[in-house]
Amino acid sequence: MKKFYGLIVLLSLVLVIAACGADDASKGDTDKGKDKADKKDKTSAVEIFSWWTGAGEEDGLLALIDLFNELHPEITVENAAVAGGAGTNAKAVLATRMQGNDPPSTFQVHGGEELNKSWVAADKMSPLNDLYEKNGWMDKFPEELIELVSDGDDIYSVPVNIHRGNVVFYNKAVFEEHGIEVPTTLEEFFAVADKLQAADVVPLALGDKESWEATQIFENVLAAELGTDGYNDLFAGDIEFTDDKVVKAAESFGKILDYVNEDHSSRNWQDSAQLVAEGEAAMINMGDWAKGYFVNDLNLVTNEDFGYFPFPGTVGDFAVITDTFGLPKGIDNVEETEQFLTVLGSVEGQDAFNPLKGSIPARIDADPSKYDDYGKDTIEDFKTANLFPSLAHGSAASEGFVTKANQAVNIFVTQKDVENFINSLQNAAPDM
Amino acid sequence: MASLRIGTIVKYTLLVLISILFLTPIYVIIITSLKPLSEVSLAQMWTLPTSIDFSSYKMAFDSLAPNLLNSFYLVIPATLLSALLGAMNGYILSKWKFKGSDIIFTFILFGMFIPYQSILIPMIQFLRTIELYNTIPGLVLVHVVYGLPITTLMFRNFYASIPDEMIESAQIDGASFLGVFRHIITPLSITGFVVVAIWQFTNIWNEFLFAVTITTGDKQPVMVALQNLSGSQIVQWNVQMAGALLAALPTLLVYIFLGKYFVRGLLAGSVKG
Amino acid sequence: MEKEIPVVKKRRLSKDHLTAIAFLIPSVILILIFVYGFISWTGYLSVSNYNTIVPDFSFAGLKNYIYLFNDFRFQADLRNTLFFTILFIGLVIVIGLALAILLDQKMKGESIFRNIFLFPMALSFIVTGVVWQWLLNPSTGFNKFLNLFGIQPKWYTDTNILAGFKWGSIEFGLPVAIIAVVIAAVWQMTGFSLAMYLAGLRGIDDELREAARMDGASEFQVYRKIILPILMPITMSVVIIMAHISLKIFDLVYAMTGSGANFVTDVPGLYMFETTFRGNYYANGAAIAIIMLLLVAVFIVPYLWNNRKGEG
Repeated sequence: MKKFYGLIVLLSLVLVIAACGADDASKGDTDKGKDKADKKDKTSAVEIFSWWTGAGEEDGLLALIDLFNELHPEITVENAAVAGGAGTNAKAVLATRMQGNDPPSTFQVHGGEELNKSWVAADKMSPLNDLYEKNGWMDKFPEELIELVSDGDDIYSVPVNIHRGNVVFYNKAVFEEHGIEVPTTLEEFFAVADKLQAADVVPLALGDKESWEATQIFENVLAAELGTDGYNDLFAGDIEFTDDKVVKAAESFGKILDYVNEDHSSRNWQDSAQLVAEGEAAMINMGDWAKGYFVNDLNLVTNEDFGYFPFPGTVGDFAVITDTFGLPKGIDNVEETEQFLTVLGSVEGQDAFNPLKGSIPARIDADPSKYDDYGKDTIEDFKTANLFPSLAHGSAASEGFVTKANQAVNIFVTQKDVENFINSLQNAAPDM
Repeated sequence: MASLRIGTIVKYTLLVLISILFLTPIYVIIITSLKPLSEVSLAQMWTLPTSIDFSSYKMAFDSLAPNLLNSFYLVIPATLLSALLGAMNGYILSKWKFKGSDIIFTFILFGMFIPYQSILIPMIQFLRTIELYNTIPGLVLVHVVYGLPITTLMFRNFYASIPDEMIESAQIDGASFLGVFRHIITPLSITGFVVVAIWQFTNIWNEFLFAVTITTGDKQPVMVALQNLSGSQIVQWNVQMAGALLAALPTLLVYIFLGKYFVRGLLAGSVKG
Repeated sequence: MEKEIPVVKKRRLSKDHLTAIAFLIPSVILILIFVYGFISWTGYLSVSNYNTIVPDFSFAGLKNYIYLFNDFRFQADLRNTLFFTILFIGLVIVIGLALAILLDQKMKGESIFRNIFLFPMALSFIVTGVVWQWLLNPSTGFNKFLNLFGIQPKWYTDTNILAGFKWGSIEFGLPVAIIAVVIAAVWQMTGFSLAMYLAGLRGIDDELREAARMDGASEFQVYRKIILPILMPITMSVVIIMAHISLKIFDLVYAMTGSGANFVTDVPGLYMFETTFRGNYYANGAAIAIIMLLLVAVFIVPYLWNNRKGEG
């Protein structure tokens, strides 16, 4: 019997919750209201929304937050990081919050079209020109980078880090064993690849379980065939995808795909990087977070176990992948958020974050001594190289185009049908 | 006798072989969780770790522990409420049929099939208007509602096996709607509750999409914390696997302790005709 | 609900019946809001031009649907879902039933075996996905053992379509790669059908079997003619529950294979998530959701029909 009365009590609870939702809602209301009031009385808070939850990147973010707390003890920082799916989960959460007019104080976004074609176009972002002027940032970031995070004359976000996308990492022992020199052009690359293949070594490791890994190769081939100016024209819409050079790039891309490991679609980039670490494969094209994986996780030594060189045909070019933070409209703590962005854009902020994240600072005047050898090299290159925004990582075109381009690449990798591939890209171009 | 014994041997051999197949993935999960990251690679997936390393478990536990309580606050009420509502619905839809009750059943059942990704945005806006966004009660509500179709279905089939005569005779004795539920249905459905509870417990415990979109920060249940162990670019699979095993412990315990009832419960429910 | 009231009156239902209906109302209201309310919003989006992040609710007609049905990826998704669902439900039922019959033979250690088979259900699909991605990796997984027998299936990296013929822009047939995903899903969900069937078998009166044996039926005939029909309601429940998992499957594929080369392992759930939240094609994503819902009718209608027939 006791059991039964327990049931009845629970049941009435159900009914209270279900039928009298209003009661519940009003309770929630007062609770929440109180929370908000408390926060405002004590301190002001900044909510930082990102997808940095993994080893390294989270440490970097926490170091940045620590630095901010030191400088602004009166402001509380809420770290709202959403993990998984290389940021896709975070984007889903962000989209629902932005559309519900509940934006976080500031959020992580790849600099470039990923922001311009989305929240800037939707008029949900405030321009940051004044902040740039006030901090004298206009000549502290490379001009091309400021252009990337601007829409017209308005600057919309503050870049915190730079990763390079056109890097090829290679197994030094394999290169030595087969007497191979670093290739600098696509022709040299194909010659090297033939030699390796003849020796039963996989020339290029690929793990395209997610399509972006293959798209990343394609963007580098595009830059190699069109040059960075041509590449930028292409994504500005000044060159058609049906252009001969783009067709040539697609053909070269197809040719490169003949040199990859057979089980590429079963691997993600980490699994494919293992092939290089183990010497099964000679090279891999990957963003330079791969260096962090080789060094921190696989215990390899830079320039001893593995080396790196720019993607063949893009020597002197730099594929930019940059994480930036902007200022959404409709937040009630603009001042505090601007203070956070100021720290984020400062030399101290960038040098706190980047060594841990394994990226280089977006500023050109950061302190190189805080970075490892690879970082120092990259900082040097970044100062002088021709920059081109990454397609696979959302800077060159809108996310809509990137999604469709990834699909086209996925089909091309199997079918190798150049005409079909070019058509798909051309059809998607209006979404760019 | 001899043929029987051969039959038995064949049966056991079969069972053992299938069990080994079933356990292979578990073996991989366990050995991976005990390795340092430098040994976690596809090429070494089968090999035992060179030395046993519990640091993954420590790391995983440290990140999961703060969210553990959230999960219990979420799973226990959500499981109980959805089971109770489901029991009531199942009771009505099987024993108090009225014209249109089958349509209502279909109407409820259909809810099981909506792809949750497609209703995230209106759902979150709705939760925000009723001030339950980013609260555990909000998450409970969502799980209760989307659990209703399956619990209703399970209880309805469960109660269908209770002969109508039992209810009719109770009614003749003067029992009302609630009286029948109290005297006839409840005693017969303890095991049914266990079955549904196990199903709901497992599903809500492992659910990720609602958890990550409806709650933030310190409100998030343990599955989100588990995902947070992976980075945007680098995933430490040893920690991930250790975390997965830790996060699966409560459900596992539920299985082991209630497993007997699970089968008994379904047993009672399936005595048809 | 409104429609029910006149009917109720006509049959002059008792106070108890009215109480019963009253108890049903909270659930119906919740489902009305959370399922039908939200899905109408999705339906509305699916015929709008909301394919950018800037909301554009202008009417687009069937544009998004036409786009999808001409889309290589979506055609592949429909094919994959069809074969995945058939294989997955079929295998879960067959293997679950077979294991249940085996365990029902008064075996020693039954509870240990049962727990082994139930165990995978306790894990999340994400973990299952990753482990099976490793196990079925053609160069390092089970193939290391299969090598001894000289077979080297390519598992989920196989881009072949069995018995394929041209259909729209894709090749229609059984995508070999989907079998790998089916194996992982079956591994995880068989425990459920096993438990259902085991319980069902226990509920069958031994006298019934004995009587059939007396009549000279073979063991096989006993199962076919007596046991399986009695287990039919359980089978229908398993089909419905597995169908809803199969049509919505997302996490497992996402973690295990992704879309696969040439979209051989892609599923609508994955496409919808990517196109909505990565590509900001909200209207296209909504259209996928609506098509998936319509596919559900294919399962639900026969189920309800069977249900009614069963109740006379």
